[in-house]
Amino acid sequence: MIEARGLSKRFQDKKRGEIRAVDNVSFTCQPGKIYGLLGANGAGKTTTLRMLATILEPTDGTAIVFGHDVVEQPEKVRANVGFLSTATALYPRLTSQEMVEYFGRLNGLDEATLKKRVDDIFNRLDMNGFRDRRCDKLSTGMKQKTSIARTLVHDPPVMIFDEPTNGLDIMTARTITAFIRECRDNGKTVIFSTHIMSEVEKLCDTIGIIHDGKLLTEGTLAQLRHKYAEQDLEEIFVKVVTPHFVAEETH
Amino acid sequence: MSLRNIGIVYRKELTEALRDRRTLISTLIVPLVLFPILTAGLGAAIASLVGKAQEEVPKVMLRGGQDSPAIVAGLKKLDKIEIVPETPNWKDQIINKEVRAAIEIPPGFQAAVAEGKSDTVTILKYQGEMKSEIATGKIEKFLKDYRDDVVKARLTAKNVPDTVLKPFEVKQENVAPPEKVGGAAFGGVIGYMVILLCLTGGMYPAMDLTAGEKERGTMETILSSPISRMHLVLGKFFLVLTTSLVTAALSVTSMGVSFAVLEHLHAFDKAGSDAGQLQLRIGLGTVVSVFIMVLPLAVLFSAALMTIALFAKSYKEAQSYVTPLMFIVIIPAIAAMLPIDLTSKLALVPILNASLLCKELVTGTYHWNFIAIIFSSTCVYAAAALFLAIKMFQRESVLFRS
Repeated sequence: MIEARGLSKRFQDKKRGEIRAVDNVSFTCQPGKIYGLLGANGAGKTTTLRMLATILEPTDGTAIVFGHDVVEQPEKVRANVGFLSTATALYPRLTSQEMVEYFGRLNGLDEATLKKRVDDIFNRLDMNGFRDRRCDKLSTGMKQKTSIARTLVHDPPVMIFDEPTNGLDIMTARTITAFIRECRDNGKTVIFSTHIMSEVEKLCDTIGIIHDGKLLTEGTLAQLRHKYAEQDLEEIFVKVVTPHFVAEETH
Repeated sequence: MSLRNIGIVYRKELTEALRDRRTLISTLIVPLVLFPILTAGLGAAIASLVGKAQEEVPKVMLRGGQDSPAIVAGLKKLDKIEIVPETPNWKDQIINKEVRAAIEIPPGFQAAVAEGKSDTVTILKYQGEMKSEIATGKIEKFLKDYRDDVVKARLTAKNVPDTVLKPFEVKQENVAPPEKVGGAAFGGVIGYMVILLCLTGGMYPAMDLTAGEKERGTMETILSSPISRMHLVLGKFFLVLTTSLVTAALSVTSMGVSFAVLEHLHAFDKAGSDAGQLQLRIGLGTVVSVFIMVLPLAVLFSAALMTIALFAKSYKEAQSYVTPLMFIVIIPAIAAMLPIDLTSKLALVPILNASLLCKELVTGTYHWNFIAIIFSSTCVYAAAALFLAIKMFQRESVLFRS
């Protein structure tokens, strides 16, 4: 389970002064469910997810991830999280197998368990054809599979996906979305950020709309449709975000 | 502190470094190739070029002297120079290196000398130009000998022994053993080369493991793993230190071997001739002590390189940050080639202290008090730099600078 409690992140910018990238955000993600964080570019999705993955430290508030506090026990949180985004690249001079093994070892797996898990994942994701190929020689699809294997190697109960399909072709994107569903079906807690409406509609059990660092609304797709009297998620998104957008423009 | 985690990061970084051409070139190839080229190649080339310049018979223009046949005859008899007739554009000819120098003999020179009056012969030269200076030296020697002969003739005519003018002789004698003479001449260069290579050896991996990771997007990947940032930075640091030390070790070894080969060839060439030649013998003891002194310096360089490169967003940006560091290192390293002696104050100046000490070690001089001060002060600087590197890895504003 993930429980964000008043998560906030402020940055100092030389030109713009203090920036509230995430402002008092609270939500809960349940095991076996996918929570979709929907927002435009710069809304605060990546910063929120980076705080949950303990890559960034919150300025205020905290989050409990699989029973561990992101501020107090960041290393324990990371040991229970698989983090995947288009920004999480692979080491070009390592082979696909070395890459996965490296992260397995960093997650504390002993050599026997590691070998078993790597063989299992490579078989499952059909990666044996390129396991000894260097990552800089892999196709985009192979790279994505290696990234998935990297996040799965320690079998984490919590999965965090930050715009994982951004910039990918349709077939590679489908591999990722299939993987996200599989994670949910295996009982993992999944949080997923995107600005693509169709992905949210297809995948998410709960949707949170984030704008300008604030979580403006959340609920199931049915609840949001009912609340905003719109069927189309894009229309709902526009309805939620527009008053704030207009207010910002006027300001 | 988990040594296991540091070891995992180190092993992975080592695997990647061994597959990186840039790292391999700067760590292995440069030190292995540089010293043999410098000693055998460059040294031999310089010796050969200077020798050729000295052997060349320079063209020297004679201005005046029509009424001084004795000195002109003496000059023309010299086989070390070739006297050419005067032309109006003599100055341009010297500047254009068509003739190397000119001798200006004033009118009535011979008569003036015979009457015991003082007069001046001028050598016209291209100052700083090696061949012109060599020609000048040859002419000057002839003129001095000629003057001495005139003096001797005058003294003889008056029945005065020439010891009146030369009551005693002055001579120089070297008491230092040949290897110390060689060490004093080359010690500064050796310290400079080893220190510089120690820096360049760690440079590419330091940039690759920090700014390179940011640029490739692997920094976020590794930060999402459970390893603590301290273990991560230490694993990376030990790899940079390894490359720096391997470069330093290879450079001192290659230096030792190069000089040993050179000494062997030199001994072969000069067999039977005078033994008082400039020679440089670098024994195993010297190689080991230079390496030990360079150890804390390598730690300092590795940590400083990582801290600086971490600020950069890309490999290219890191290069522009690290280049000024080269100058910071080169200036004190060059200073050690100047006639500066180690003092207690200088022993605290980083880089310069190690560089000066290397110079002494090469001559076989061991000032243990200075060695202790330099080793411990460099260790303190190195520890401070490493602490700073660890702190920088904790800072989000540095890791995620955009």
